[in-house]
Amino acid sequence: MKVLIKNGHVVDPKNKIDELMSVLIEDRHIKKVAKTISEKTDKEIDAKGKIVCPGLIDMHVHLRQPGHEYKENIESGLRAALKGGFTGVCPMPNTNPVADSRSDMEFMRGEAGRLGLINLWPIGAVTLKEEGKELTEFGELKKGGAVGLSDDGQPISDSNILRRALEYAKKFNLVIMVHCQDEGLFCDGCMNEGAVSTRLGILGIPAEAESVEVSRDIQLADLTGGRLHFCHISSQKSLNLIREAKTHGSRVTAETCPHYFHLTDEAVLHYNTHAKMNPPLRTQEDVDAVKKALKDNVLDAIATDHAPHSESEKDAEFDKAPFGIIGLETSLPLSLKLVEEKILTLSDLVRKMSLNPAEILKVDRGHLSEGAVADITIFDLKLEWTVEKEKLESKSKNSPFLGWKMKGKATDVIVQGKYVLQNEEIRI
Amino acid sequence: MEVRWTRKDLLSLEELSKEEIELILQTAESFKEVSSREIKKVPALRGKTIANLFFEPSTRTRTSFEIAAKRLSADIVNFSSSDSSTSKGESLRDTAKNIEAMHVDTIVMRHSSSGSAEYLARSIRAGVVNAGDGIHEHPTQGLLDIFTIRERKKKLEWIKVCLVGDILHSRVARSNIWGLKKLGAKITVCGPPTLIPTKIEELGVEVCYDLDKIIGEQDVLNILRIQLERQKGAFFPSIREYAAEYGISKERMKKAKPDVIIMHPGPVNRGVELASEVADGDRSVILDQVTNGVAVRMAVLFLTTLVER
Repeated sequence: MKVLIKNGHVVDPKNKIDELMSVLIEDRHIKKVAKTISEKTDKEIDAKGKIVCPGLIDMHVHLRQPGHEYKENIESGLRAALKGGFTGVCPMPNTNPVADSRSDMEFMRGEAGRLGLINLWPIGAVTLKEEGKELTEFGELKKGGAVGLSDDGQPISDSNILRRALEYAKKFNLVIMVHCQDEGLFCDGCMNEGAVSTRLGILGIPAEAESVEVSRDIQLADLTGGRLHFCHISSQKSLNLIREAKTHGSRVTAETCPHYFHLTDEAVLHYNTHAKMNPPLRTQEDVDAVKKALKDNVLDAIATDHAPHSESEKDAEFDKAPFGIIGLETSLPLSLKLVEEKILTLSDLVRKMSLNPAEILKVDRGHLSEGAVADITIFDLKLEWTVEKEKLESKSKNSPFLGWKMKGKATDVIVQGKYVLQNEEIRI
Repeated sequence: MEVRWTRKDLLSLEELSKEEIELILQTAESFKEVSSREIKKVPALRGKTIANLFFEPSTRTRTSFEIAAKRLSADIVNFSSSDSSTSKGESLRDTAKNIEAMHVDTIVMRHSSSGSAEYLARSIRAGVVNAGDGIHEHPTQGLLDIFTIRERKKKLEWIKVCLVGDILHSRVARSNIWGLKKLGAKITVCGPPTLIPTKIEELGVEVCYDLDKIIGEQDVLNILRIQLERQKGAFFPSIREYAAEYGISKERMKKAKPDVIIMHPGPVNRGVELASEVADGDRSVILDQVTNGVAVRMAVLFLTTLVER
């Protein structure tokens, strides 16, 4: 089966392509990318006026299966991701039970394989039950398909455990993805500590609750030579530390999420639980710092930290509502705003949403080289739409962006050569 | 000045205009007289039902609302957190919806979560009067404090008020700050640096850690209750040291203006934030606050319950 994507503007940062091109796919793989392809094909996709890029990868999501299927399950989560233009996602292991064994990895991959929607590359826990005490079997996790390790949701407070994890992971070339949170400073906080928390009478979480651990973790990465990736960085203080570390040659990478460059803690006013996430929304200065760090490659990736919670859980007193928002279906247009604001080029954006995540996780994706697996996202930069609760694929609707007007949307997606999203509709 | 009351809820003093606050105070003045009559009752809210919904233990605020409602001839029922449904894990929304389904006109709520009053008001059609939401606001306490200050000082413009103690965890402090600021008073917050919330200056108050430095300039000292368990959160090392630095002792009172008034929202930790001699002394207006609380709550229940829905 040969499929030709023609008339599209191909953006492939790895191969330095950023112009009108055609892409020929044969079965599972990319056969050729060229200005004109005259080969006879079985199917043509007209991408006129659209961007054709390596499939987007969200390296940080929560799919809630097993254990919290009322919030999301692998199927609804992968459908939401596909609608959002992603060809692969990495679910974090804080399920119930915690995904800390090889069979947990195999279960998730098996489910995804059976569904045939998009790629699922699981993240295994660093410590058993994410308790921060005993290491999991990294080798087994990797054999089960883990592409990274994290205790996301929980910090690894014991510096020695993190040190050993970074060291031991070198044998398997696995990245350790850290959720930076100093438990003492975090205390009982529910939102960013600042003028807004003081007004609302909500206990605050200082930015230092993040940056204090960022500082420690940079030093542990340097000490061990292990590969360390910072999850969901939200504050200027952390970014200053990561910037300096990278300047001095530390092997660390970092991600942020769209809400950290679109919203400030003022979104919490009136006790809006859809603006409650961890780390919390911070100030305008932090938003500006996140944008600058994306531009300067201090931040390598944009992930969503897609964290579904049911309506009744979020419809509660602010301090009783859980942390987290969904993000898969709004990430692309929110990130495209950075291109509109000229903070990133399209090529930079594709790098941060596809190539860099693939490289950090050592997954051979994120490019359209000849012979590569054909994971491709086609999106329309100009398509305008409104975020409506009823139209979201995710089981949960906890988004601060409900009702927002968006610009840009994935229209077609190919995963392993299969044409799974056609003209905005899932075909499977 | 002609201002109409249009709110079914009283959630905070932050959201009220100066004119709305003055309207409540005026209304309270006319109700204050009712409590001194032989027959302490007016038929203003006859046929209306008010529910006291207290998720935190409280005696004086709950009783004050109950007396206020009864003096207005409303029917009032009490729910407390030890009652079955909430301890069985029913959500706030469900509890309130159930009370509302019994056609209650106004719910008076105290709850440990900041913002719970606003959340409740959004969720139901009945009126909501905030009787303290977490560490956010306690608007009727703020109003009765303002009422008492004005009664004693005859005005509020340029009156210097110092709030002393645990500002961070105080809903009384936040309501006092918003209300007094709107009426022109000058506010200083004074307490250990650990208990002064970040960026409180942005609310338009002065911050001072040293009570002795500023006590002599103050017209009003509003002493907040110190919660003894704060010691555990490393906010201060001991009750003894807290009392030494911030307690209003007889000696410290010598530095204060002779006409200073001492306020406290109660209940007082005698010998900690307030010496017994001071609490019972001639500068103390603590019992006036309690008396005025009824009048202020009558005004608030009257205005909110009778508003057109």
